Amino acid sequence: MKDVSFGQFYPVDSFVHRLDPRLKILFLIAYIVAIFLASNFYGLAACAAVLVLIVIFARIPFGKVLRAIRGVTFLVLFTAVLNVLFYSGETVYWEWGIFCISFEGIIFSLFLALRLVLLVVCSSMLTYTTTPVSLTDGVESLLTPLKWIRIPVHEIALIMSIALRFIPILMDETSRIKNAQMARGADFESRGLGKKIKATIPILVPLLLSAFRRADELGDAMDARCYTGGKHRTKYKKLRFTWRDAVAFLLGAALIAGVVVMKIYLPAPY
Amino acid sequence: MKAIEFADVSFRYEEGGPLAVSHLNLSVEEGEFVAVLGHNGSGKSTLARLSNGLLTPDAGSVRVFGQTVNEKNLFDVRSQVGVVFQNPDNQTVATIVEDDVAFGAENVGLAREEIGKRIDFALRAVGMEEYRHATVARLSGGQKQRIAIAGVLALMPKVVILDESTAMLDPRGRREIVDVVTRLNKERGITVILITHFMEEALLADRAIVMNRGELVMEGAPADIFERREELVTYNLALPHIGIICEKLRAGGMDVAYTLDAAVLAKEIAKCVS
Repeated sequence: MKDVSFGQFYPVDSFVHRLDPRLKILFLIAYIVAIFLASNFYGLAACAAVLVLIVIFARIPFGKVLRAIRGVTFLVLFTAVLNVLFYSGETVYWEWGIFCISFEGIIFSLFLALRLVLLVVCSSMLTYTTTPVSLTDGVESLLTPLKWIRIPVHEIALIMSIALRFIPILMDETSRIKNAQMARGADFESRGLGKKIKATIPILVPLLLSAFRRADELGDAMDARCYTGGKHRTKYKKLRFTWRDAVAFLLGAALIAGVVVMKIYLPAPY
Repeated sequence: MKAIEFADVSFRYEEGGPLAVSHLNLSVEEGEFVAVLGHNGSGKSTLARLSNGLLTPDAGSVRVFGQTVNEKNLFDVRSQVGVVFQNPDNQTVATIVEDDVAFGAENVGLAREEIGKRIDFALRAVGMEEYRHATVARLSGGQKQRIAIAGVLALMPKVVILDESTAMLDPRGRREIVDVVTRLNKERGITVILITHFMEEALLADRAIVMNRGELVMEGAPADIFERREELVTYNLALPHIGIICEKLRAGGMDVAYTLDAAVLAKEIAKCVS
């Protein structure tokens, strides 16, 4: 339970860590667009190459990247298998009822799996290299235009950062409650959906109660430190574009342009 | 000058419920170090919350540096009276140390450079300079609580109230906090109100106050308070460990003088044995 790496910041000083969070968020969006624009393996290879560059420049150990992928292994395998079985291609190897395995099906599902993996790795690179505070600062800054239509952007950003901060604490608490309930004879090993759902109740109820208590105390602590909302607040960390951001921006633009060019001029071999 | 003044303050949490604080009269001088002792439910935490306007008294008034606490001056009062709470995990807002320390200073709308200076000052005051960029979750309990104190200090308060801030810490963490607080009081002249149920911690204070069922029942120099052993027991409070050892030794027939100082006790025992 403790080893949850989602949303966990990996503290080293690197090129990517120093980028403006707004740029990183926009880059991620651009990257996702590029992944879905890419219609052949050349395009995806370009995306993958860029991602490898990012991982190297972010100084994130390879194991961390693998861990991010491991979290979605099931999803990737599941969709890949379904795709292989249901894709109706021309070069059919095996057929049984509505199922068929074809060359095109295999290629297609491989393609999709790769897309998913790239997507997950790139998103986790954002959370690995950006502290929740600067992430929410970035979101807040990007959403600023929404203030004009009276959406409480500051509050939303703060809620987001507090939620991220409390993930590891509540994870810890969950395993502690689980152990405590097991010590009292609770049964978490039983199979069967009904039993499994039933087994979560003695975990969820105390967890919720404690979350409310924590929220209450945090509210008091924030009040005690003069928190009154976003109105008169200043920011210690100012977001600033630097030459690094310009480099990253150019890279992102080049990637999208490259993928589009390949889409048009390099016809898919498959 | 009086830092905090309670004049006939009463407060109850729910209509018809028991008084959490009843007809309390208390004043704390600027620069003083006061320990507030009391069993669970004695009203000591309510006292902290009344002092900075987290709670408003039902009757009587609370004055902070001569100013009666009300809706309009909450902001001002809270930047003068900082409160550190019990659970370090539930009072840090940010993931990184410096971001959390900056929170209060950001709230009052200070300029960027000033916030930077405040972070320097606050982290130095609690001896955590080298952890400025660390992740709060990876610190020890005592370190987390020092960060919580720094977060309060960034507002440059004249009074710091610790509401059982040592209760969840191990002995080492407790010592860290007590050391930091004592230094703040002695070196920077910050008024300290230490709410605790560890008797040892009260020994360092200039004055100790004992609360029971919302009332102030004992007041005086800590050493004098601990002389009144029988009375303390009626309020469900125990002596500091050194005091207990003294009592046991005397009960066992050893002729040591009653003391709360470990060094003095050691000498007393040496005298008896030789």
